[in-house]
Amino acid sequence: MNLTLKVWRQENAQDAGRFEEHQLSDVSADSSFLEMLDQLNERLESAGESPVVFDHDCREGICGACGLMINGQAHGHRARTTACQLHMREFSDGETITIEPWRSGSFPVMRDLMVDRSAFDRIIQSGGFISVNTGSAPEANLIPVPKEKSDAAFDAATCIGCGACVAQCPNGAAQLFTAAKVGHLGAVPQGDPEADQRVVNMVEQMQEEGFGSCTNHRECEAACPKGISISWIAGLNRGYLKAKLRGVDRRS
Amino acid sequence: MMSSSLDPSSQTSVVLDPAVPTGPIEKQWDEHRRQLRMVAPNNRRKFDVIVVGSGLAGASCAATLGEQGYNVKCFCFQDSPRRAHSIAAQGGINAAKNYQNDGDSAYRLFYDTIKGGDFRSRESNVWRLAEASVNIIDQAVAQGVPFAREYGGMLENRSFGGVQVSRTFYARGQTGQQLLLGAYQALARQIAAGTVEMFTRTEMLDVVVVNGRASGIVVRDLRTGVVSSHAGHAVVLATGGYSNVYYLSTNAMGCNVTAAWRAHRKGAYFANPCYTQIHPTCIPQSAEHQSKLTLMSESLRNDGRIWVPKDSRGRHPVDVPEAERDYYLERKYPSFGNLVPRDVASRNAKTVVDREQGVGPLKNGVYLDFADAIGRLGQDAIEARYGNLFEMYERITGENPYQSPMRIYPAPHYTMGGLWVDYNLMSNLEGLFVLGEANFSDHGANRLGASALMQGLADGYFIAPYTVANYLAGRLGETASTSDQAFVETERAVSDRSERYLSCSGSRTVDSFHRELGRIVWDECGMSRTAAGLEQAIGRIRSLHQEYHSDVKVVGSADAINQSLERAGRVEDFFELAELMCRDALDRNESAGGHFREEHQTEEGEAQRDDENYSYVSAWAWNNGEPATLHKEPLEFDVVRPSQRSYK
Ligand SMILES: Cc1cc2nc3c(=O)[nH]c(=O)nc-3n(C[C@H](O)[C@H](O)[C@H](O)COP(=O)(O)OP(=O)(O)OC[C@H]3O[C@@H](n4cnc5c(N)ncnc54)[C@H](O)[C@@H]3O)c2cc1C
Ligand code: SF4
Ligand code: FES
Repeated sequence: MNLTLKVWRQENAQDAGRFEEHQLSDVSADSSFLEMLDQLNERLESAGESPVVFDHDCREGICGACGLMINGQAHGHRARTTACQLHMREFSDGETITIEPWRSGSFPVMRDLMVDRSAFDRIIQSGGFISVNTGSAPEANLIPVPKEKSDAAFDAATCIGCGACVAQCPNGAAQLFTAAKVGHLGAVPQGDPEADQRVVNMVEQMQEEGFGSCTNHRECEAACPKGISISWIAGLNRGYLKAKLRGVDRRS
Repeated sequence: MMSSSLDPSSQTSVVLDPAVPTGPIEKQWDEHRRQLRMVAPNNRRKFDVIVVGSGLAGASCAATLGEQGYNVKCFCFQDSPRRAHSIAAQGGINAAKNYQNDGDSAYRLFYDTIKGGDFRSRESNVWRLAEASVNIIDQAVAQGVPFAREYGGMLENRSFGGVQVSRTFYARGQTGQQLLLGAYQALARQIAAGTVEMFTRTEMLDVVVVNGRASGIVVRDLRTGVVSSHAGHAVVLATGGYSNVYYLSTNAMGCNVTAAWRAHRKGAYFANPCYTQIHPTCIPQSAEHQSKLTLMSESLRNDGRIWVPKDSRGRHPVDVPEAERDYYLERKYPSFGNLVPRDVASRNAKTVVDREQGVGPLKNGVYLDFADAIGRLGQDAIEARYGNLFEMYERITGENPYQSPMRIYPAPHYTMGGLWVDYNLMSNLEGLFVLGEANFSDHGANRLGASALMQGLADGYFIAPYTVANYLAGRLGETASTSDQAFVETERAVSDRSERYLSCSGSRTVDSFHRELGRIVWDECGMSRTAAGLEQAIGRIRSLHQEYHSDVKVVGSADAINQSLERAGRVEDFFELAELMCRDALDRNESAGGHFREEHQTEEGEAQRDDENYSYVSAWAWNNGEPATLHKEPLEFDVVRPSQRSYK
């Protein structure tokens, strides 16, 4: 395949950034999107030019490291697919492809296509866990969990923390990510004791990080490579309201 | 604790003593724990512990030490600890819970692991692992890990290769993800509590040794390029395995040997480097551009049947009549069938492909066929079990595995070798502990499925917290500081190395060297090895390594984000490791597990061990670039008598 790539280049957070155009030929339809970028980078490096910086690691759609806006869509147009699992056979010969980083005030661009998503870690640190020290766990089958609940918890827990939901949202909201963790831990009995405190802490940390507010555009759900349902957001809002009504304040 | 000479520059072989406790094996760990020294709660905050790695082993260890009150600094090269390679584990985690009442026990798990490892692992460690396995499941469930469950709400199990019980716990095809998120969340809780300081996008590039002890590390901040030091009373490496020496593997792109290798260069012995696991069920390579190979979980072998056509006519699989198919594993191993251990399954796939019975456009695969299972259980049941794997297969190959069989072929996946550790998981370099895939300790010459997650978490949650405390207890009153000249010198050496790559102005990219190196190692030190091939490989690796010095091209600078520079250092370490792997494979004049020397096979083509001469762990000492020195740890089998493995 022959492609025209319009790739975002930006030296660092301060730099204004710009698009750079490259022609790439001999791209195999069997390569993944990131392998296509590898090919571009090898060519750039061989010519003494600096390669395009992007985050990636597992290339299996599970680590959540890769995150690219491909033709204006987070992770590209194929539903429920991360950029690393998107293959070039999904594009046509001669196509022009625009590649940008996630754009959100809370995910500053570090260089080219690489952004800083540490805000997500801080949301988890604020309460996205069950407080159980190593060694204090009871025998596992003493906590029966109905299969439906366990399956629901899994559906939420499958979030890979990639940030596509934020990148696709017109408001840059992080509700889907936060709701997925609150939903996972709220769906199993082990998570009950801290449920109120957890939702308050996590929602308020999310606000503090400067993420936008959710106005139900549903773009997040469509962009999410793991198919996290926005019904979790309704649960998040309900949980937050109830906890606030019960007078729960943020605590660290 | 070791009886032998610890001088890392020692050129003469020594006999290593792993300091295994005496007494009956089932009492050893309890007894040992009773004797280990402890640190009182009010003294713990006086100790700084460095944990490099935030995968299952590192995150569980850092979180647990943090909970206990130590000052922990944890490092990873990804942007978040949640992205460590452990996240990608699919199939499951073993534990001897015997929930299925099918005869499982700590002894069974121990026995299966020792046998699966082809009698090349240390009995005492494996026993402890089997015992700890049950606590891991309890811990993970308490953290909210959503394991698969029965309708009654109890935990569900499935079976994995090389065993005859159902002891594998799983969370769809994403067990590693769910376990890692559990450990990551425990770690996040400690970061919030201030007991753990997390350094992401930070790569450890050396260990600092002061007075013969690991006293800290030198790191490079991957965002700014700044090189700095961190001191600790103890250093824990949980930095994963080295399968990427083959370039193409199922590992994440960033997996590397650098942390372990730089520690090796500072005196830590590297054990059994030639024991690498080539996993039987991966998607075959499709073209040159490929950057990695994708695993299709071993759990698929529970329902998929492996076959190749008896001829090489290249017909579409559904057109090959039953009588013209060779279900070679079922034929050769009637009692284990498609569930033989990985090394056996992989070698047999190689045999049929080498005989030109391979399938697919490049004739480099065998079929994994679900037609029978779909016929028996219905497509819905198969989808519920493996839906995400089937989807992944379809995305990558563009073929629908519900309609025609998957094509699979072995690929590098896991490395049993790693830094040598004693029973306390401490390397011969005092104060340096090594956990998870980075150490060599539990899997011998071949790892059974679903036991790496188990080992990483046993090491991190339940073993290292005791043994590290024991070590720290002896350091009370000492301060950890970076003031020693050794820190300055190590930092300088690290920066000089970066400068060397950047100033080389050669003509070839780092990746092009890595690909070429990988091909040599795959051909000569992969699924089968010969003395002639290995000798030749050593020569080729050495000359390619020299060419690397003079002809590598790394663009950019050291004081900013520079991903090529990061890879340049890692690939150089792979060169040195590759050479050692070949030397180790050459020294081991026998076949054992994943190490298959063509000269040593039974009449039926199975691995032929030589217990009389090779029942030892090979622990290699760095010799400043000269051929490494071999030290040996003799293996003793008091509980299980080594025998020729049989899965027939
Ligand atoms: C595709 C796949 C599927 C698998 N499935 C299973 C399975 O079903 N069951 C099973 O038991 N096992 C499975 N395994 C094996 C298992 O996943 C790994 O062996 C295990 O997760 C390794 O864990 P770890 O904590 O030792 O290392 P890793 O998870 O690899 O973590 C290494 C950590 O070290 C850090 N690090 C490395 N080098 C440096 C450095 N120089 N500086 C700073 N940080 C560094 C990394 O950032 C990372 O945090 C699978 C492996 C693969 C590849
Ligand atoms: S909710 Fe979906 S899109 Fe958002 S971080 Fe999680 S996986 Fe990514
Ligand atoms: S690289 Fe891991 S999800 Fe894409």
